[in-house]
Amino acid sequence: MSFVPNTDEDRKAMLAAIGVQSFEDLLKNIPAAARFRGELPIPSELSEYEALRKMGAMAEKNLAAHGQICFAGGGAYDHYVPAAIGTLMSRSEFQTAYTPYQAEVSQGTLQAIYEFQSMICALTGMDVSNASMYDGASSTGEACLLAASHTGRNEIVIAGPLHPNYLEVCRTLCEGREINVREVYGGDGAADLAMLRKEVSDKTAAVIVQQPNFFGCIEDAKEIGAVAHAAGALFIMAVDPVSLGILTTPAECGADIVTGEAQGLGISLSFGGPYVGIFAVKNDLLRKIPGRLSGMTVDRDGKRGFTLTLQTREQQIKREKATSNICTNQGLFMLCATIYLSLIGKQGLVEVATSSLQKAHYLAERMSVLNGFKLKYNKPFFKEFVVETPVAPSRIIDDLAKKNILAGIDLARFEGTGEGLLIAVTEKRIKEDMDFLVDSLKAYAK
Amino acid sequence: MNFPANLKYTKDHEWLRVDGANAYVGITDYAQSELGDVVYVDITASGDVKQGASFGTIEAVKTVSDLFLPAGGKVLEVNQKIKNAPETINKDCYNDGWIIKIQLANPAEANGLMDAEAYKKLIGH
Repeated sequence: MSFVPNTDEDRKAMLAAIGVQSFEDLLKNIPAAARFRGELPIPSELSEYEALRKMGAMAEKNLAAHGQICFAGGGAYDHYVPAAIGTLMSRSEFQTAYTPYQAEVSQGTLQAIYEFQSMICALTGMDVSNASMYDGASSTGEACLLAASHTGRNEIVIAGPLHPNYLEVCRTLCEGREINVREVYGGDGAADLAMLRKEVSDKTAAVIVQQPNFFGCIEDAKEIGAVAHAAGALFIMAVDPVSLGILTTPAECGADIVTGEAQGLGISLSFGGPYVGIFAVKNDLLRKIPGRLSGMTVDRDGKRGFTLTLQTREQQIKREKATSNICTNQGLFMLCATIYLSLIGKQGLVEVATSSLQKAHYLAERMSVLNGFKLKYNKPFFKEFVVETPVAPSRIIDDLAKKNILAGIDLARFEGTGEGLLIAVTEKRIKEDMDFLVDSLKAYAK
Repeated sequence: MNFPANLKYTKDHEWLRVDGANAYVGITDYAQSELGDVVYVDITASGDVKQGASFGTIEAVKTVSDLFLPAGGKVLEVNQKIKNAPETINKDCYNDGWIIKIQLANPAEANGLMDAEAYKKLIGH
């Protein structure tokens, strides 16, 4: 499909084909009183250069992560994006294509989706993955809807600290269906199993845990899963796929549904999106999952081909009986994640995860030695941790921004998360970066 | 197309075969031909079901249709063969491809259904 705009000749030919003299003739049925006369009050056109200058000036007001030493995380991480990804994903066949509805014509797209699905299953240990979701938050929300529909129960229990944005999205999606979402959390950085056992009942459709959780702490997922199953509830894990380089797979922890945010797999920070969500299940939930599914088959000549399959789940066929209205995916960013995983391979992901973990622990250790700085939670963590600070985190963040350090996230931005500075460390941070941060914090040490 | 004379038919293209106090239910040759390849049958009803109520859905590649019970009764058995081989319904919709077996609540309800001739007229055959 060509994206070249119509010329005056094109317009003339189109009008002639329908037997109309001018464009105005098409509007003659609109009452004169309703027609706008005069000039539309919009500024005149800019040249390409003028437009670039104007947009450029606006863009300059933003702080781009690539110009900073970034310790900000909170669900979106500054992991390395290999150069090959940008080159491949900006090919016009990928970048300009809308989600295919005559899907089988787009064999390349369907094959890429199939590869993505296969990789997610390999990473998570689950039986089936869909073609991707919008992001980790909406994916988790959809898991709530599936659990409620599957169990016939209307309560979702969140075990431990879930990302506040994820929680809000779950509540928004559940509100219309009158599904009650409630948190069960004691405030010490991770889920409280004793508390959970008391709160989960035969009213609970699912227990959700984020792994690692919002504060970066590693949850005892297997035990939480056991509590869910003992009550006949489903077990949903919202994961960081990078962490799966070293953590036990969700399948081994007993997850029925795995959701999560794949931004860390080769997608740049981009001011919060677009990102890409994952959604994977055990076989018995196959017919209830939202979104698209690519399947491998053979054509009538026996040659391998790919199709969208089990489309009868989707709303365009099942209408009000569908469990979800999602009938698309994040094709371009799903592709980025697929290219990323192919490039770094199984061993590479282990290395990314290990490097992030080790560096985060190095930084945490060095920071804890400073007077007035203390690790808030006494729990094992992956690549993120919360630090109590001697002065307000926002002051530290603002001051250090002048040195091109993005010091972290001030938890005061969120409701219900308590206070502190949430710091993330990825494989991109070198020792000098972290030592520079620690040195810069010395000024605040009591 | 085939419409056995010993069966009763509904306007939603199900057939009923009375067998003493019980009855077998399936979909007609016309229905399976219109649907195309059947890929999945989901029986959602159990226990007592009223005449005309939906007892499940039948899935083809591009469509899902409700299955309606021709006469009220208690669900006794679901045909396990069509679980793993749903294409049986396309191949043999009246015998091997039966869907559920019920105990009739009110045998008179079966009498009120269409016979083969009436059904053939309905679908224009």
